[in-house]
Amino acid sequence: MRVRTAGASRAGSSDGGAPVNRQIVQLFGLSLILFATLIAFTSRWTVFEAEGLTDDPSNRRPLIEEQRIPRGLIKAADGTVLARSEPRGRGQARTFVRTYPAGGLFSNVVGYSFIERGRAGLEQSRNADLAGEEDEFGTIFSQLQSQQREGADVKTTLDPGAQQAAIDALAGQTGSVVAIEPQTGRVRVMASLPGYDPNQIPDDFSALSTDEARPLFNRATQTSYPPGSTFKVVTAAAALDSGKFEPESVLDGSSPRSISGVPLANSGGASFGAISLTDALTNSVNTVWAQVGEQIGPETLLDTMQKFGFGQDPPLDYPGDQMLASGIRNSAGDLVDAEGGFDIGRVAIGQGGEEGQTLVSPLQMAMVVAAIGNDGVLMRPRLTEQVVAKDGRVEDRIQPERIGRVISQQSADQLGVMMSNVVEEGTGTAAALSGIDVAGKTGTAEVDNATSNQAWFIAFAPVDDPQLAIAVTVERTQGQGGTEAAPIAKTVLEELLE
Amino acid sequence: MSARTRELLGLVPVSLIVSAGFASVLATRTREVSDATATYGLVFLGLCVFGHLFIRSRLPDADPYLFPLSALLAAFGLVVIYRIDAELAREQAQWFVIGLVFFCATIVFLRDHHSLERYRYLIAAAGIVLLLMPRLPVIGERVNGAFLAVKVGPVQFQPAEFAKLAIIVFLASYLRDTADVLVRARSQPLALPQQALLVALPAIAVVLVITLLDLGTAAAVLLAVFVASLVALMRERPSLKHFGPLLLIWGLAMVMLLFIRDLGSSLMFFGGFLALLYVATARLSLIGVGATMFLGGATYFANNVSHVRDRIDIWLDPFSRKVGLCPGNGEMTPFVDCQGFQIAQSLYAQAEGGLFGQGFGQALLETPAGATLLPAADTDLIYAVIAGELGLFGAAGLILVYVLFAARGFKTALVANDGFSKLLAAGLTAVLALQVFVIVGGVTKVIPLTGVTLPFVSYGGSSIVANMVLLALLLIVSDDARKDRRRVQGGIV
Repeated sequence: MRVRTAGASRAGSSDGGAPVNRQIVQLFGLSLILFATLIAFTSRWTVFEAEGLTDDPSNRRPLIEEQRIPRGLIKAADGTVLARSEPRGRGQARTFVRTYPAGGLFSNVVGYSFIERGRAGLEQSRNADLAGEEDEFGTIFSQLQSQQREGADVKTTLDPGAQQAAIDALAGQTGSVVAIEPQTGRVRVMASLPGYDPNQIPDDFSALSTDEARPLFNRATQTSYPPGSTFKVVTAAAALDSGKFEPESVLDGSSPRSISGVPLANSGGASFGAISLTDALTNSVNTVWAQVGEQIGPETLLDTMQKFGFGQDPPLDYPGDQMLASGIRNSAGDLVDAEGGFDIGRVAIGQGGEEGQTLVSPLQMAMVVAAIGNDGVLMRPRLTEQVVAKDGRVEDRIQPERIGRVISQQSADQLGVMMSNVVEEGTGTAAALSGIDVAGKTGTAEVDNATSNQAWFIAFAPVDDPQLAIAVTVERTQGQGGTEAAPIAKTVLEELLE
Repeated sequence: MSARTRELLGLVPVSLIVSAGFASVLATRTREVSDATATYGLVFLGLCVFGHLFIRSRLPDADPYLFPLSALLAAFGLVVIYRIDAELAREQAQWFVIGLVFFCATIVFLRDHHSLERYRYLIAAAGIVLLLMPRLPVIGERVNGAFLAVKVGPVQFQPAEFAKLAIIVFLASYLRDTADVLVRARSQPLALPQQALLVALPAIAVVLVITLLDLGTAAAVLLAVFVASLVALMRERPSLKHFGPLLLIWGLAMVMLLFIRDLGSSLMFFGGFLALLYVATARLSLIGVGATMFLGGATYFANNVSHVRDRIDIWLDPFSRKVGLCPGNGEMTPFVDCQGFQIAQSLYAQAEGGLFGQGFGQALLETPAGATLLPAADTDLIYAVIAGELGLFGAAGLILVYVLFAARGFKTALVANDGFSKLLAAGLTAVLALQVFVIVGGVTKVIPLTGVTLPFVSYGGSSIVANMVLLALLLIVSDDARKDRRRVQGGIV
């Protein structure tokens, strides 16, 4: 073996050095390619495919991350705290757990947020605000200020007093109350009974989700109830707005009467003879309104329904999976259009058959009366008043938003007068308030093979300057809309208007 | 400005990283201030200055950037490890002291790196013994199914880290002597008919084998490249007897794959070997033969040996939700929560980084209940922590430091005076770069994830000591080369 001398080394480099150098440079080139590959893959995971990885169901990081962030408060319109986050543990192990000081008062509407059970209600639809989600640059900004991420507070439009009144009035029954301000769309009351105490969700979730009374189901937004005679208001709106009918238009109110080849009777078999539309609404005459439906036709009715918001999820700031579109549905549960061949006469009075039946949620019916009370203009219903960051900055103030005109102001005025008669002298007298004019309509739909009733009452008040629109429904009752639902509406109206 | 002054200035960013890093980690834990914290940083900076002074006295002409770049990487690693576990950072700082001792000892005792050539077979044998040690009974330790460590008493070390140095020294020396005889151009080119026959016959054979055996695309390509490379090689005059030791290296890589179960080291060694072979001979045909033999062997094992196949399955689809019996907990568990857990968690952690990261100390390493969320965060997956906390920019910055290190290492090889020095510097640099590729490529799912450390950054005594020795060797070569150049030319950058 040779021991190299300095001289030999230099000789070695002068004859063979240059070609070796070329290979060394090539090797460096190769390592550059390899390093570039590493950076390319790092950008793939950190940036380009990051969203997919974060949403991967096996990835528990977002859930854990979420536990470490204090969610914002949810407040009622008067500032009452409905949901707050409380710390558990210390240091790195500190997490936040949701508590609901108001208990079951706003169960379905506020919803819940727990790591092990997910989210529902406003907790779900306002999650981005409540969790203080920021974009990439916002994150850097708060890092520079070394702020801990904190959620923003959500102030709702909800009224605890009226909500409590609604729940008390419904107590022991299954049903729902929705109250909306016609001119702003602010939802003041959204009750669904039976409800639940969101504080019990972590422990009782499986019991609640299998309970036959379905307490986790928001009856204000997710239901498809037969509306009964309350739907005559929609038919009346379409009829008046079509120009073919006036409140004084007279039709034959005798009973029974053949509608689509099948005899239709009035409630209690009452026969009225020639009767005006105003009186036909006051006395809820089925045969008259079925004729009106036949005369205006399915397209006109569907057009008006669509303007009221039927046929799609209500535009409420509430999770889409906890809302259901109201409309005419066939026996398969699908929404049908004018070509569906449904029985227009029966649909017009809130009934129907296999080809199509009117099915609604209380929220949708509240939107109907709200639009009539607001001179025929529908406002977007909303649960959120404003979103306030922890530093007091108002991040989002939700302004009243006009969705569109449903019927002319004249038609709305006429319909308002007709509905006032219902409360003054018709089926809805139980909702009459002293000193305040109420415009309303009762409804009683037979369910379970006519063994029980779905009782309804929809109304707005005061008639000359509507401040509130309300829809009340009671499931499976033996009573009528006028006896079961109207008194509940009266209680809530009193609470909110006086 | 002298080289050493530049080196000293190069340590300024290191001190900035250390101070800023420790400060920001401390800032996120205001409630848990411990008094000893900042001292690790100070100790580390003291070590850097000492290292600089030592180089100034012993290797005054050595490359001025290699040491600060290594220190930068180490500082980075120390901050991240401190953020993971303060106790580990203390141990890591101790390992730096020991690493520095080895660094100085290497420089003191190895005055001339050419003396290594005299012991090349001894060094090669030592390297092989080191590699096989983890498989020995009593002292061998199994880590994640691979035999990676040796435990003697309380001291545990990973011999592969040292074996890589031994193998590179041996190859540099062996190839310097044999490169010229390994493959020689024929003095007279083959006659045209012979040439045609040499190409045509194997081509027909390859086509026949591919069609008859109905090989898949990958196998077909492998075979074609292998035969083409072999043919190209045969057109020259390869000396078969000199290939013996090279085949031995290939065999060793295969044994490692199968026996030591260490895919990462296997890839690293064989890659380093091919790199040196190419630098020494400039024959792509040799690389073609070597690479296809390695890939062929790996493919065969992947199909026929369960633990290699598992690695490949995990690499191909770590997110599979298929439920199976998990050896880890003995329960029926989805694949992604068992076999795929490590790489899946690595990618989830990186996904949280985004462009700029969540900031030092922000990434989640365990659940609030204390269960591990990112396994081996201080060693194998440290790059995932970095990508999560400093984002794409931080991770790319780290890679860039390695690029600069590689650039200086290859530069050292370029300016070196003789074949052995060139091959040694190029080999050491290549094997370090490959190690970065193997572990970062594993963490980012470019290749199957295997357990090697991220040089200078990961926690681990063997890794630090071995890489400090590697750095010492590079600096010795560099000092030797630049000293000669300076004498001849009167100055060099």
